[in-house]
Amino acid sequence: MFTNNEILETIDMLDNRHLDVRTVTASLSLLDCIDGSAKKCADKVYDKITRVCARLVPVCENLSARYGVKIVNKRVAVTPISIIGSACGDYIGLAHALDRAGKALGVDFVGGYSALVQKGETKREAEFLDTLPQALSETDIVCSGINVASGKSGINLDAVGKLGRIIKDLAYRTRDKDSIGCCKLVVFCNAVDDNPFMAGAFTGLSEGECAINVGVSGPGVVEYEINKHPDYDITQICELIKRTAFKITRLGALIGEQAAKELDLTPGIVDLSLAPTPAVGDSVARILESIGLSRVGACGTTACLALLNDAVKKGGVMAAKRVGGLSGAFIPVSEDAGMIEAAETKAITVDKLEAMTAVCSVGLDMIAVPGDTPAEVLSGMIADECAIGMINGKTTAVRVIPVYGKTVGEKADFGGLLGTAPIMPINGGSPEKFISRGGIIPPPIHSYKN
Amino acid sequence: MKAIVSVVGKDRTGIIAAIAAELAACNINILEISQTIMQGSFVMIMHVDAEGASVELSALCDRLQSAVDGWGITVHVQHEDLFASMQRV
Repeated sequence: MFTNNEILETIDMLDNRHLDVRTVTASLSLLDCIDGSAKKCADKVYDKITRVCARLVPVCENLSARYGVKIVNKRVAVTPISIIGSACGDYIGLAHALDRAGKALGVDFVGGYSALVQKGETKREAEFLDTLPQALSETDIVCSGINVASGKSGINLDAVGKLGRIIKDLAYRTRDKDSIGCCKLVVFCNAVDDNPFMAGAFTGLSEGECAINVGVSGPGVVEYEINKHPDYDITQICELIKRTAFKITRLGALIGEQAAKELDLTPGIVDLSLAPTPAVGDSVARILESIGLSRVGACGTTACLALLNDAVKKGGVMAAKRVGGLSGAFIPVSEDAGMIEAAETKAITVDKLEAMTAVCSVGLDMIAVPGDTPAEVLSGMIADECAIGMINGKTTAVRVIPVYGKTVGEKADFGGLLGTAPIMPINGGSPEKFISRGGIIPPPIHSYKN
Repeated sequence: MKAIVSVVGKDRTGIIAAIAAELAACNINILEISQTIMQGSFVMIMHVDAEGASVELSALCDRLQSAVDGWGITVHVQHEDLFASMQRV
């Protein structure tokens, strides 16, 4: 039997500290759906998703009721569509098939309108990239992650240059909704095969048939625990975060295992990321402030984020049988009340955020910039993030929104979990010449380990 | 299946009776009860066996909450695995 305190602490975390399971993501292989006929391929994709994941939403709702735990999102992540559509070439048709299948299931997002082009693009992959603005502006719940760099392959600067133009195009096409299309596109270095979080979730080629991956949340719990101990030194704070992360992760592992069991699918990984929402009391920025910063963005922020990220992993790794995904702390600006406030008061800048991405998962995330930002500047941001990821052997990413028609001093409102973002200024000159050179930046010397 | 019923709120006469009567009506056996006043609030934790229950856990929670409706009391019903996962290594 449990003590009253243990039971009340658990209930308090769930009811008052925003502890929830952020996502249960079915990671589904579509390799057997490849077909030379565009119609057959789209039909196979739709049929497989709606058949294998038919009970995903009702099972999650049942688990939610049984344990009294909120499961915020239900998602499906599929094999990169650049591969699935390579035989038929009708990528737009497949984007709509994903959108329809996801809506039929009642899931929140379908990820995997993706491509892995870190070392070069096939002809079909180049065609696929060109479809991104149309596909993401014509669909509602389809998400895309494009891997343009890795520690092993270097940085595909041609793709980086192209993605800058694609993001601009997508921003224009969704200009009536503050360029919201860009929230569904993330550009990666070292993308992982089992990430349950959007916009970057896809099912890598190394994955099996279908697995249930889980992303937990709980920044509010960590903040609350730290605030209870103003007298702790930093070693004790790290220990406290580890203990809290253990409990948070156990919750995710329980839900993941039960969901997989009831769906008769393989239990996958638990992603140990602390994912914030715009709600008060659900902020990663506030954790950093509770450690001892007057405002996130102050000197010391990178150090606090580094210890948080590491302690979350150390606490979580023992709590789950299999750990994977991105695992760390997310610092999206628009999805975190503390980050929004810091950006509005100019306490945090894009430059500081870039430094923080060297020690967190994942990167420059949900950052709104002026709509007239040139494509090559966006590409320059992507190249910088890729360099951090490539040299340091970690995943980095850019999800940036050049909000059409808006500039510094204004705000973009994306609604729901995507939140609101003040438009942040970007400093510096133009990287146009650098980006237009194209080619591949070779991988670093430490990638040749054999 | 074992579950934990937790009842927290303003103390008054008849809380245990109301909850216990509803559990009996749903064919749920109470294995263990702990009840105390913590910082002025009534706190009761019940360990129950819901194996032969006539209702789902979510419906049970709604029924128990209705039984103390308007009393300033919150009822939770959760599968015991939740607490075992989070509170035990």
